[in-house]
Amino acid sequence: MSKKILEIHDVKREFTMGSETVRALKGVSFDVNAGEFVTIMGSSGSGKTTLLNILGCLDKPSNGIYMLDNVNIKELSRDALAKLRNTKIGFVFQAYNLLPRTSALENVELPLLYNPSISTKERRERAIASLEAVKLGDRLDHTPNQLSGGQQQRVAIARALVNEPVMILADEATGNLDTRTSYEIMSLMQELNQQGKTIVFVTHEPDIAAFSSRTVMLKDGKVQKDTQNMNSRSAREALISLPVSDDY
Amino acid sequence: MKITNLIRLAIRALQRNKLRALLTMLGIIIGVAAVITMMSIGEGSKLSINESLSSMGSNMITITPYSNEPGGATMMGSNLKNLTIVDVEALEKDAPNIDKISPLASSSGQAINGASNWPTSIQGVSPEYLDIRKLEIKDGIPFSEEDVKSSAKVCLLGQTVVDNLFPNGEDPIGKIIRFNKIPMQVIGTLVPKGQSNFGQDQDDIILAPYTTVQKRLLSSIYFNSIYASAISESASIAAVEDVTNALRGTHRLRADQEDDFQVRTQEELMSTLNSISSMLTTLLTAVAGISLVIGGIGIMNIMYVSVTERTREIGLRMSIGARGIDILLQFLIEAIMISITGGVIGVALGVSASLIISSLLNWPASISDTSIIVSFFVCAVTGIFFGYYPALKASGLDPIEALRYE
Ligand SMILES: Nc1ncnc2c1ncn2[C@@H]1O[C@H](COP(=O)(O)OP(=O)(O)O)[C@@H](O)[C@H]1O
Ligand SMILES: [Mg+2]
Repeated sequence: MSKKILEIHDVKREFTMGSETVRALKGVSFDVNAGEFVTIMGSSGSGKTTLLNILGCLDKPSNGIYMLDNVNIKELSRDALAKLRNTKIGFVFQAYNLLPRTSALENVELPLLYNPSISTKERRERAIASLEAVKLGDRLDHTPNQLSGGQQQRVAIARALVNEPVMILADEATGNLDTRTSYEIMSLMQELNQQGKTIVFVTHEPDIAAFSSRTVMLKDGKVQKDTQNMNSRSAREALISLPVSDDY
Repeated sequence: MKITNLIRLAIRALQRNKLRALLTMLGIIIGVAAVITMMSIGEGSKLSINESLSSMGSNMITITPYSNEPGGATMMGSNLKNLTIVDVEALEKDAPNIDKISPLASSSGQAINGASNWPTSIQGVSPEYLDIRKLEIKDGIPFSEEDVKSSAKVCLLGQTVVDNLFPNGEDPIGKIIRFNKIPMQVIGTLVPKGQSNFGQDQDDIILAPYTTVQKRLLSSIYFNSIYASAISESASIAAVEDVTNALRGTHRLRADQEDDFQVRTQEELMSTLNSISSMLTTLLTAVAGISLVIGGIGIMNIMYVSVTERTREIGLRMSIGARGIDILLQFLIEAIMISITGGVIGVALGVSASLIISSLLNWPASISDTSIIVSFFVCAVTGIFFGYYPALKASGLDPIEALRYE
């Protein structure tokens, strides 16, 4: 039996806006084991981002329990949460969120800057290794505006990897990309997953979900379906079968 | 984050917006430059006043008629006349702490030599006047007690008078000039002293025996003032007492009557002038200080703008592990960098301005280390004080909202 990386139990999240209360999550429960590649699916407004923010320790549930690596995050302070984000979680956003006018290398180094136990030399080496892992070893000094969307997202993935987190959380990471580039990103995700990284990937596109090993369907703030995907597609093969002219 | 990384980050952020950083610094630059310049002008003027006053003789005592009658106007100097040779003789006899003494009777008028004439004033004094005022004979000889006794028509000329009456560079010694139609023989000239602090030409004078001026020019028995010197600088206070007692005697003042004269030492004059110049310095420095505060508000303003502009960046940094304190320090250090860089530029500007001004005004340059250290300290404090609230705002942002910020 493999190790549980995260457990959520009856997680609720409510937002109060004036007199109105928006119930974004209405009691969500599931576990994720180490090494899983989970996609969270659901239509817009179903609570995917809210859930991912809680999983990423950016937000706390209004109710319910969230255990990350056997730590109940409810009991942690703001600073302790920051440390968790820094050491255990790698975030990938739809909008890449790279620092403008800052080289790829420095963008990737950023999480390590907030980890005082890492020396300047080690920081550099790990950032370079991380960029090489996403096949951008030849773009170290390029700034985001000198990179394509897919390349920028790969820099963001390198940044998420550099701290050697226990899991990678991605929110619509392919949402801004064309099909071919999306598949390239998914191929990279599968590679990372094969190397042992746990991945929770939010998307609303079924063909992206097909690359994962498990899909959690959200609807109106509740889990609608939680299915294992026994024969997930290989993104690399999908990429090869993609017609070349598709890239316009 | 380590402090060195934070500093590097701040430098980078400022380099990105060079013009904006410079404009933000402007208030600080002007403030610091003004503080340093004002303090150095104040110190310089004090030094220069003291220098020239002590060159006049630091144990000099001046006695002038003075009235402070209740209900009446305060009168000083020439309007009031009550000093006579009786007072001078009394001082010579009854003031043991007085060393030298000279009355002064002055008359203004035209000095004429042939076709040249020059409006100036003649001072009737005793031979000891030269010592009291630290005046020196350049050419010729001073007049003597004999000349005083005989009201001799002899005089000594200051350099300005020489230049104007003898424009062709002739030797004035032995020549006869006329002052208000009275012919007088020039027996000596004075070593030039230059301008006083108050812009007065100290060389525009003619000295003659006081008897000559009193009898032949003024037809008066009164003096404008009496100059004396104490036997030493430390005896000044005792000398003032001697003078007061002696003059109250000769003026027959009752115990309940106020003095009808004023006795001033050079030291008093010095401290009066110094307190005036300190007051000016304080005032100017306060004005300069206000501009520092305005500079600080400029920093605060731009830091708020910067925090708002970089909301997404703050959200990102938090999402990858920056703690509140990391964000706080990032913006605080940026603010301090602005104020300290402004401070450095301001110090450089202030020092150059002080040097230029002191060389233009012929003052001793006086740039105190304290003023530089204080400005620096004030800059750092300004940066911390005015940078703190924007930085606190940044550090308190919610990462999710910050990331979503458009
Ligand atoms: N900060 C917030 N304040 C108020 N309502 C919110 C906030 N964040 C999300 N919501 C609401 O919660 C619901 C779920 O949002 P979200 O998790 O972003 O959906 P998804 O990512 O699946 O599109 C939506 O109805 C949204 O309006
Ligand atoms: Mg969303």
